[in-house]
Amino acid sequence: MSDVATSAFTRRPRAEAQEAPATLLPFRAEGVALTLGGARVLDGVDLTLAPGGCTVLMGPNGAGKSLLLKLMHGLTAPDAGTLSWNGLGAQAATARQALVFQRPVLLRRSVKANLDFVLKARGGDRGRVAELLEHVGLADRARTPARRLSGGEQQRLALARALATDPEVLLLDEPTASLDPGATQAIERIVARAAAAGTRVIFVTHDVGQARRLAEDVVFLHRGRVVDHAPAARFFDAPGDPAARAYLDGRLVV
Amino acid sequence: MGEALALAISLVASGDADLAEIVALSLRVSLSATLLAAAIGLPLGALVAVGRFPGRGAVLVAMNALMGLPPVVVGLVVYLHLSRAGPLGFLGLLYTPWAMILAQTILIAPIVAALARQVIEDLHAEYRDQFRSLCLSRGQVIGALLWDARLSLMTVGLAGFGRAVAEVGAVMIVGGNIDHLTRVMTTAIALETSRGDLPLALALGIVLLVIALGVNAAVQTLHTRAARSGAHV
Ligand SMILES: Nc1ncnc2c1ncn2[C@@H]1O[C@H](COP(=O)(O)OP(=O)(O)OP(=O)(O)O)[C@@H](O)[C@H]1O
Ligand SMILES: [Mg+2]
Repeated sequence: MSDVATSAFTRRPRAEAQEAPATLLPFRAEGVALTLGGARVLDGVDLTLAPGGCTVLMGPNGAGKSLLLKLMHGLTAPDAGTLSWNGLGAQAATARQALVFQRPVLLRRSVKANLDFVLKARGGDRGRVAELLEHVGLADRARTPARRLSGGEQQRLALARALATDPEVLLLDEPTASLDPGATQAIERIVARAAAAGTRVIFVTHDVGQARRLAEDVVFLHRGRVVDHAPAARFFDAPGDPAARAYLDGRLVV
Repeated sequence: MGEALALAISLVASGDADLAEIVALSLRVSLSATLLAAAIGLPLGALVAVGRFPGRGAVLVAMNALMGLPPVVVGLVVYLHLSRAGPLGFLGLLYTPWAMILAQTILIAPIVAALARQVIEDLHAEYRDQFRSLCLSRGQVIGALLWDARLSLMTVGLAGFGRAVAEVGAVMIVGGNIDHLTRVMTTAIALETSRGDLPLALALGIVLLVIALGVNAAVQTLHTRAARSGAHV
């Protein structure tokens, strides 16, 4: 069997005893590539994430951030390379993670019913609905049809839904892209609290201020490759890649 | 003609007993058939929409082909099964409302299944990634899709009902148009027209037309409501 064929999805966990590792970290991606519609959208991603904290994933539009999250979450298989959550293939790790999509898909039912559905399906405590809604500031919208919420409110509900599954890893794809400053602050607080409580957070954002506030380390993706991965202080002081430097300076990166 | 129409309208307006009996049986038979067809067609359509199993392509082709079943052929096949010499003859169902319900169910179940498959497949395309992220079981996915597509699926049911209630060939063959027993609107219209009792035929025609228009109005209302509740974003 070639290396390409032995993706993380078919490979057995390295140690037989490690069928379900106690922790999903560290995460390791090696040579991950993906071609969609004839375009090489991920082009050999190498990335290692240590346990704990919040990693911010940055990069210009179309760099491949959303796709990388989907691969890490096990929704898409790479054409080449491996993704491993402490020995566990990405598809086997999906249930222990939650992904808040860039464009959340909410069920055609009330706000409350959206959360209740997830709690019921995943065997969670259905008494938590009110607490979760309170947590994201939607307590007064419980009975509203979810599809009638504003864009920002929908993102907050999507976050509450993600939290309802008690994920070990929380993947967030621009969760505050259409939120007002107050809601953004609230979300940042929720995410910081989750990270402090031990949830591993991976956060995609274009907001440099937000990245500075949240990140312990920053991964910079450019044209489907990780061109810089550094502790936040080092990344913002001296970005290691010309594309990252241009991006932070607010110049158009292509 | 004008006279017949006036008589027909007065029949409808006065709530003529014969007329009411025929209309009631029509509704009972076709609504029962619709419920049965939904019970079979919705889960089947959902399964084909969501599932990837061997033979799925064949099921799809069969479902679409059966959508266009000619009512008289369905009637004939059901007749052959229910007639005294047929394999189900011992049930003694021929020329009863049950036979008519059975025939109409067979007629519209493929329609319900095929239309539901389309509706649910579209919705599933939108929900797929989210559902996979939540690691739902096949059953949970199907249940959630059926519920979330409920407005569109009601229009599917109405389409089936519309076809059943307007159909004449199948119920004529297996029901036999027996007065006070198996006479429904369509068979009565056919019979009364050929016998020259135009007022009753016309009166039944008016009722059938109103039902058809009502079904269409209901479909329209459901569409608008579906749109307003965010069926598209
Ligand atoms: N299903 C698809 N088929 C073909 N190309 C795709 C598909 N999905 C994404 N792409 C392409 O892959 C590239 C990366 O997409 P991705 O959504 O990961 O970008 P991103 O970094 O998240 O950008 P943004 O900051 O705008 O959200 C884009 O050029 C996009 O056009
Ligand atoms: Mg994106």
